[in-house]
This record gives sequence, structure tokens and C-alpha cells, in this order.
Amino acid sequence: MDVSPASQPTLRDWLLSETPGSRRQAAWGRRYRLWLQFRRNTLAMAGLSIAVLLILAAVFAPLLANHDPSVQDLAHRLGRPSAEHWLGTDELGRDVYSRLLYGGRITLGMVVAVVILVAPVGLAVGCVAGYAGGIWDRLLMRVTDVFLAFPRLILALAFVAALKPGVTSAVAAIALTAWPPYARLARAETLSLRRADFIAAVRLTGASAGRIVLRHVAPLCLPSLVVRVTLDMSSIILTAAGLGFLGMGAQPPSPEWGTMIASARRFILDQWWVPTAPGLAIFAASLAFNLLGDGLRDVLDPKQGG
Amino acid sequence: MLAEIANLRIAFPTPSGEAEAVRGVSFTLGQEKLGIVGESGSGKSLTARSLLKLVPQHALISADRLAFDGIDVLRAGERQMRQIRGKRAGLILQDPKYSLNPVMTAGEQIAEAWRTHKGGSRRVALQAATDLLEQVRIREPARVARAYPHELSGGMGQRVMIAMMLAPDPELLIADEPTSALDATVQAEILRLIEDLVSRRGMGLILISHDLPLVGHFCDRVAVMYAGRIVEELAAGALARAQHPYTRGLLGCMPALLHPKSRLPVMVRDPDWLAH
Amino acid sequence: MIQVDGLRVRFGANEVVRGVSFGVPTGGSFGLVGESGSGKSTILRAISGLNPDWTGEIRVNDAALAPKRGRDFYRRVQMVFQDPYGSLHPRQTVDRALSEPLIVHGLGDREARILRALQDVALPASVGFRYPHQLSGGQRQRVAIARALMAEPEVLLLDEPTSALDVSVQAEVLNLLRDLQDRRRLTYILVSHNLAVVAHLCPALGVMQGGELVETLGADDLRAGRVRHPHTAELRALSVELE
Repeated sequence: MDVSPASQPTLRDWLLSETPGSRRQAAWGRRYRLWLQFRRNTLAMAGLSIAVLLILAAVFAPLLANHDPSVQDLAHRLGRPSAEHWLGTDELGRDVYSRLLYGGRITLGMVVAVVILVAPVGLAVGCVAGYAGGIWDRLLMRVTDVFLAFPRLILALAFVAALKPGVTSAVAAIALTAWPPYARLARAETLSLRRADFIAAVRLTGASAGRIVLRHVAPLCLPSLVVRVTLDMSSIILTAAGLGFLGMGAQPPSPEWGTMIASARRFILDQWWVPTAPGLAIFAASLAFNLLGDGLRDVLDPKQGG
Repeated sequence: MLAEIANLRIAFPTPSGEAEAVRGVSFTLGQEKLGIVGESGSGKSLTARSLLKLVPQHALISADRLAFDGIDVLRAGERQMRQIRGKRAGLILQDPKYSLNPVMTAGEQIAEAWRTHKGGSRRVALQAATDLLEQVRIREPARVARAYPHELSGGMGQRVMIAMMLAPDPELLIADEPTSALDATVQAEILRLIEDLVSRRGMGLILISHDLPLVGHFCDRVAVMYAGRIVEELAAGALARAQHPYTRGLLGCMPALLHPKSRLPVMVRDPDWLAH
Repeated sequence: MIQVDGLRVRFGANEVVRGVSFGVPTGGSFGLVGESGSGKSTILRAISGLNPDWTGEIRVNDAALAPKRGRDFYRRVQMVFQDPYGSLHPRQTVDRALSEPLIVHGLGDREARILRALQDVALPASVGFRYPHQLSGGQRQRVAIARALMAEPEVLLLDEPTSALDVSVQAEVLNLLRDLQDRRRLTYILVSHNLAVVAHLCPALGVMQGGELVETLGADDLRAGRVRHPHTAELRALSVELE
């Protein structure tokens, strides 16, 4: 049988097929359809592009930087943006552009570390509390309430005062206060899912509660969790930068964005580019994740048929 | 003529072109009871709601004629439609749990409907509300007027809904599956109530349902819809002599208490029905 | 096969099922008919093990059941739910939904069993990897029935299985249920508010009102009008009026 190029099914056809031939095809088809829907939202795409750009810049910092971020050149301190130094130099003559790139690694790295710690813990606590109910629910929720009561920045300050100020303490401090909302979110979703007929049907197979929560309930809590995480990223970035600004996070000479603003803030009037560049970077990252999160919510929110 | 519809088409834009939900529906309605029957996806709800222009925003409506009492609904603006909706034509929906405001008492909601279209003081409106509750055969109207929707049973909630819709004395009532969420005993009472009120007030009624025998019992005329078209229109009494195979199929495939069959006849959908 | 004696279920201060007793022979069908709130679905949920708060006695194959059930109870007794939209996991393909009972019970040969299950409920193999939202209501209900039959149970508890379906689809599903019963010697307990549907599938039925089983009678007696309780007569009259 001759198969001419025109009749060869393309990847797109395979993804959008009405009769998938395997679970993988069905799953990828679903993701592709969600992607098509997401793509129609221009603001969300802008957010995604900026976020991807920032992440790539951070990952490829060594290749993109044209100077060593820690090399000082006191003769050329506070230089204006030029062909040599694209964003000028800071108060110790270091290249702002290169510091920005390396700083992105730290700031974004902190955010990713927090999210990796926080999301699974929140999901687990919320799902277990919601599904088990009774004493477990009460216990876990009271623990959650205790952590929820702490204001993020104050706890972070207390933490680093007790330990050594630095990136690790900052990440730990932020993580300790960031997980409760996810637990609440997961618990709320689990409570409503628990009464669904399809969960009753799984219970009727004799599956253990652990299997039900892990394989059937938790996957359905993921979409709202993902949206929440993305939207929270901007506030985590701000908290991390805020801690850096207060000298409680990354320490100088680390090029973390908040720390950069702190050490350069007295130059805001005359050599405005020195503190403004990291400030704009923080702004761009926050905005990008906010737009991305909004776009994801429009696509994944079950109330809108996602 | 209360309602005139000629060649109504309603389509929805989808990534793969336009999906037609209503494909050229035509009928007229005087001071009578018309039942529109169809299965899910037949377009019956959309057709009736188009008279009040209550279709989803992104729907594309076109028709040779779409008129309520001579007013061209297709070209009417929002302000004109607001004069019709509620005041001259009412809509009753399926589940009173979702169509009644949960934070207002029954009496307050009926009074609000009264005042919006007839004016008057709150006291007059509340008194009128209690009268209306009596008209819909609620035994303790004053008590029910003070009750919140969640304190009422399904049947009572539907009666409150009917009272609310009748408050402005409309000429047309559109009932979209008004009894599908109710038990059989209550179903019969509510439909008899609607039938009685509509006759006494000289109103027109469009009853939308998936239940052909039910509609045949309570309406003067029946229009059977399939895939966006009316495949048959006949007098309610003539249902047993229906011609179209789809109508006959609908009648035949239901289990009947007095005529037991070991196997229910299954409807074979002829693609010709789509072409008409 | 199934014997229920003095079943009582309480929700808080309300007694929703008040001392209900009935029996179902092996391979037979028993219908429970009544209006909403009469307690018929609650009885089914107590028998299925979904609701462990009941008193009285439930015997399946002469063995009395405890509130907590073991895995082999679930191999023998299964349930089909009313809402086809809610009874399938929205993020699982048909294939995944059907393999769950097989995985839990440790049954092998999954692909072959799934294909056979789809055939048994007259669904084409092409729906195997679709998600529930890509299926029609009737197709979803067939998948739900197939899922209930995966572990080869002896008893099917049917909770208003066709109430949410179009009339023409209902006819197909009722025929399917009848065929499956003949082929596999299943025992059914069917709950519905629709008297005609119950009488069609069940030669014996019980009428529920306000938590009590007010009358048990044969379908033939019901058709002929040989009824004793006024509520039965009322339901019968309403059903007949619309024929």
C-alpha cells in the first residue's frame, strides 16, 4: 500500500485524534488541547515567554555573562551603561549585567527550592486531612493553622537570627510559612471529591485508602495547586528579595537581586541604574509568574470546564 | 400571535467551524399550550430561550422572523428586551434550588418581581406576594413567604418560582423542564397548577420537556425536535397516530406498565432525519 | 442470595430506613421503588458497604455481613451509580478506569479482559482510550456497567442507572442489563423512582415510603392492579395515567 507524504498523519493529527490508541496518546492529546487553549491568551503567553527567558538566562548565565560578576574594578565604579558594561557598573566596579544574570540563579533557585519543598508537603497534608477526616483532620489542620499564623518575613527574621543568615536559612524560613495555604487548598478539594460517585466506585473495588488518595484524589488536586504555586511564585520572589534586602538572605558579595538593591540603594538618585536593574528584574519575574498563573487558571480551573 | 418563529438558526463557533444547534425551526404560538419535546442536544431549550434572547453571548442567531407579539426580537436592543423579559414573558427553570436567591425569603423575591414591573410600596408588594402564594396553592402562604429557599421542598420551591414569574401578569410563560427534578406525585400537581393558571389568565405556554407522554397530557399541541429541527408537529390528542419514525420511536421505546415487553424496541436513527 | 432483615439506618437524629426486610433469590431481580427521600438508595449503600452505619442483618449467600467489608465481598457485589457524569474519574481514560478493579484484585491478562468487557457492553474498542468528557451519557453508563463487571461479580446493585439518560438510550441500557443478567446469572437489586422501568426489569418489587417498605409485590400483581397499600396505588395510577 502506497503511503504518500500527503496522507501521513502529522504529530498534530496524532495528538488531536478522536480515537487514541494508547493511554499515552490520550494523555498527550489532552495536554496538547490544553496548550492550544492556553496559547489563545496573549497575556498568559507574554508571561510564559518572560518567565522562560528569565529561567534560561539564569541557567545559561556563564555563557551569557561577559564579565566575572565578582571582579571588582574600583577605578571604574558606578560607570554608566556602555558598550563595555551593558548595564553599567556598581559601587565596587562590578558589571551589573553579569551580576544580574548570576543573581537570577540565586533568586530563581531559591524560589524553585521553596516550591519543591512546599508543594508536595502541602498536598500530602491536605489530602490526608481531607480524606481521613475525624481526629487526623483536626490535628493536621491545627498544625497548619499554627504555621499559617506566622507572618512570613518576621518568622524568617527570627529564623536567621537563630541560625546563620544565608540562602539556606532564607529558603527554610520561607518554606515554613509557605506550605499551609496548599494544605488548605488540597483539603478543600479533597473534601468535595470524597463525596463523588467515582470515588465511591473505587472504594467498591476494595482499594486501600492510601491507594485512593494517591492515585485518584491527589491527581485531581494538582491543577488548582499548580495555579496557586505559579501565582505564589511572585510573592516568594518578593519575599526572597526582601530578605536579601534586609541582609537576611543571600549575603554580599552574592549577586542576589534583593541584596544588590540593598547595597546600591543610596545611589538611587544619581546612578539610578545600579539599584533599578535588579529592581526591574524582580518586577519582571513577579509579573511574568502572575500572568502565567492567571493563564493557567483559565485553562485548568475545573469550574470553567478545564 | 404571541410568538412567531420562522427559520430560526442558532450556531456556536468552535475551533473546527460552526456547530449548528438549531437548524431552521419555525412555529407560531397563540394563546395556547405548546409542548416542545426532544432529547438532550435537540435544541429545544435554545429555541424557546431565543424568544427572550437568553442565549449564550457567543451564540450566532439568525432567523427570517423571530417576534414576540409583533416585536422583532432579533433586532431589539437590550432595553427593549428588558421590557419583555419578566414583564410580558416569564421563564421557569428546572431546579428551584438554583434559580431562587438563597439569601432572600420567598416573599421578598416575589415582592421584588412585583415591584420591578408594577411599582408600589414594599408593603403592597409583600401583600401581593402572599396573595400570589395562595394562588399557587400553598397552604400557609404567610409562613412560606417568610421562609428561605433552602427551607422549602422542591415542589414548594417551584410554586414560589411560578408565583414570582406570574407577579407581573405576563402574557407568555416558558417552562423549561419545570418538573424534571421533582417526584412523580409533585410533578403532576405542579403541571396541573401551571395548566390551570395559564388557562385562567389567558396566557400562552411553551412547555419544554424530554417526556413525550407528559407533554401530550398537558399541552394542546406538541412539536418534536431532533438534532435542531422540528421533525413533527401535531395536536396532543393525535400523539398515538404520530407519523414520523422518530416520534414513534420515542413513544415505543419507553417501558409501559400495562404493556410489558420482554425487549424494548431500540430507536434506529436514520441519517435521513438530519437532512429532512 | 440476598436477605435483608430489619435494616435500620440513621442520619443524625433522622431514621432514614426503618426496619426494612426483603429477600432476593439467586439470579433474580428485586426492584425498590419510591420517591426521593424514601430511603431506597440508602438501603443500597448500606448493602454495598459504602455506608457502615446500619443495624439489622444483611446476608449475602447465607453469610451475615459486617459493617466493614473485605476485598472478596467487593469481588462478588458491585454497584452502578445514577449519574453517568459523576461515576467516572474525569482524568482517567476508559482503559484506566476499567483496569483499576483488575489491579486491586490482582487479576492478570488486563488488555484481553478490558477488550472483552467493552464488547460485553456493546462499546467499540475505539473508545478504550477516551476520557469521560469525550463520551455520551449512554456510553459513560455502559463503561460504568463494564467497570462493575470487571471482577466478575454475582450481584449488581443498580442505583437509578437510567434516570439521567435520554429515553432512547435508557431502552438500550435496560436491554443490555437484561442480556447481561441472562448471560452471567447475575442477581440485581434495582432502585428507581420510575415504576415502569422497575416493573420492566424486576419480577418482584418493594415500595418504599418514608423509610418503610410499605408493600412487596410481584410485577404481575402490580400491572393487574392487585395492590394493597394506598401509596402503591398512587404510584401506579400516576404511571398508568401517562401511558
